[in-house]
Amino acid sequence: MNWEFIMKYLPLYEKAAVLTVRIGLMGVVIAIIVGLICAAIQYYKVPVLKHIVGIYIELSRNTPLLVQLFFIYYGLPKVGIRTQADVCGVIGLAFLGGSYMAEAFRSGLEAIEPIQAESAMSLGMNRYQMMRYVILPQAMSISVPAFMANVIFLLKETSVFSAISLMDLMFTAKDLIGLYYKTTESLFLLVVFYLIILLPISILGSILERRLRYAGFGA
Amino acid sequence: MPDLGLEVLLKGKNMMRLIGGLGIALKISLISVVVSIPLGILLGALMTWKNPITKAILRLYLEFIRIMPQMVLLFLVYFGSTRAFGWDLSGETASIIVFILWGTAEMSDLVRGALSSIPKHQYESSEALGLSKVQTYLYIIIPQTLRRLIPLSINLITRMIKTTSLILMIGVVEVLKVAQQIIEANRMASPNAAFGIYLAVFLLYFLACWPISMLAKYLEKRWK
Amino acid sequence: MAEELLKIEHLTKKFEDNMILDDVSLTVHRGEVIVVVGPSGCGKSTMLRCINALEPIQGGTIEIDGQQISQKSKNLTELRQKVGMVFQSYELFPHLTVLNNILLAPTKVQKREKEEVKKEAMELLDRVGLKEKADSFPRQLSGGQKQRVAIVRALCMHPEILLFDEVTAALDPEMVREVLDVMLQLAQQGKTMVIVTHEMQFARAIADRVIFLEGGKIVEDADPDTFFDHPQTERAKQFLNVFTFENVKHKTAEEN
Repeated sequence: MNWEFIMKYLPLYEKAAVLTVRIGLMGVVIAIIVGLICAAIQYYKVPVLKHIVGIYIELSRNTPLLVQLFFIYYGLPKVGIRTQADVCGVIGLAFLGGSYMAEAFRSGLEAIEPIQAESAMSLGMNRYQMMRYVILPQAMSISVPAFMANVIFLLKETSVFSAISLMDLMFTAKDLIGLYYKTTESLFLLVVFYLIILLPISILGSILERRLRYAGFGA
Repeated sequence: MPDLGLEVLLKGKNMMRLIGGLGIALKISLISVVVSIPLGILLGALMTWKNPITKAILRLYLEFIRIMPQMVLLFLVYFGSTRAFGWDLSGETASIIVFILWGTAEMSDLVRGALSSIPKHQYESSEALGLSKVQTYLYIIIPQTLRRLIPLSINLITRMIKTTSLILMIGVVEVLKVAQQIIEANRMASPNAAFGIYLAVFLLYFLACWPISMLAKYLEKRWK
Repeated sequence: MAEELLKIEHLTKKFEDNMILDDVSLTVHRGEVIVVVGPSGCGKSTMLRCINALEPIQGGTIEIDGQQISQKSKNLTELRQKVGMVFQSYELFPHLTVLNNILLAPTKVQKREKEEVKKEAMELLDRVGLKEKADSFPRQLSGGQKQRVAIVRALCMHPEILLFDEVTAALDPEMVREVLDVMLQLAQQGKTMVIVTHEMQFARAIADRVIFLEGGKIVEDADPDTFFDHPQTERAKQFLNVFTFENVKHKTAEEN
């Protein structure tokens, strides 16, 4: 292992990691918003829209992010829709993640027995109050494990961004391997940086999951 | 109106070439799944062993594989193996190795999850009926575990197929690579073909995965 | 006679082609305790759910305090506040402490002062013997305790009438008593109650009137002594017979 090489190219990886995290988090945040909207549409069975959401979810879940990105980045400009690589990355991640988040939220909502809603209604709550104080808090905490798994999944998916020439971690590693043949060092740094990004979230996820599973409310 | 790729798609053997590219992706996923499932079941069962050393090693392996992006794993095996062992793996072999490693880890986690989801009183009531350990597993535990496992393993297949899109990045000629080649070859005649060709790739992947997802969903509902 | 608080007239409830409630009419006066009995599937619980407009109805009217209640009522949430309901499965909110379960609706729906409601809630909890459980979560309570909290939660809304839907059916026998005692106290205080139950001795002790419901129709409507000692219909007699056991061992000994 050539430590001099590692120290020399560390800043390059840092820059790439920041890019990965920045685009990743932006994509995740938009995916959460898309997911919430889709879950609400499906929960309230909004006519017409629920079918559109249904089609979107199937399309998004049954195609790879890389193919989605290729279509957005290389295909859409041919019909006049041009996006910059980083915007494209965010859009792609949000398109993919929106459906995964929607499913997580929906299963949380569906896990609440209808009689809980009736109990709230019998106390004179209106639909908003019932949602706000009774259904959502419970649904959210049920969704937490799936939600955390999705966040990790989406951050991992960012590794394909180099295909649309974003200078992320994969791009940097591939570049250095190609330029200097320092394969071991380049790959070592790649793994370390992904661990730095993903390990804390993964640990947080399993702590949350364990707390919810074994203790529930009132630990 | 300029051609958005439909003409190119229908020209010569282009459509067949794309489907052929998907065929390679499907072949790699299929081989990997077929190997991963028994290995995963074995590993998942080993995880229930009490031996702390086996457990720690297995855990480390599983956690590493599951936390790393598959793209990183592909790089590690494809570029790393040349460096470390002097092997010159083809992209296809490297992909199969990675997908088996990854599939086994995912599968073993599914097995562990399915086994631990069987309530303890199922074992107890079976014992109370006088069934032996083997009979308990054979008639009570395994059938219930399978019902949870089968839809999840089918989902693993679609995840594999989707992940095969990544092998483009280590130089395997699959759908996206074929698409790139077709677009490149028709650059002069149809400069806008990328739209239609990539849309076709998108739909091809969808057509490959969607029926499998539907099957998994159907089984999940039926066996609830 | 006291004023009419609940007036059900010609209530019809269908589920697809099944007639669940068939032309049911019932008037409950302020301060009255009505116990509804009948075989499973006779429509007792459905009737309670209709009174709270948790079910759509296909015919007839239900009036609370002179105002018609249905799922289409404009002031449905206000009307529901006049009706307190206690469910068989408690339906406490698992993410809130006992105290917050009780405070939620009075403070958020009725917009009452938190401190004032809290004082009342603690008094009521004290009366049902659960003062020290105020900060516990529902999952830390036994079934009987949960049900007593559910009753307090309903009471804190100051409802005009309380509905109890088989509230002891899911409880272990030794916990049934603690819940029934709370209900007896409420009856003594003059609360208006409609109770669906399978506890016949309790029904006899608490009821002003017993309604016997069968096949979606009111078959008998009588004071408890008349109903239990001299049921008028053959169906009621058969139903009550289910609750008496003959001593088989003793009999065999005699026959020998």
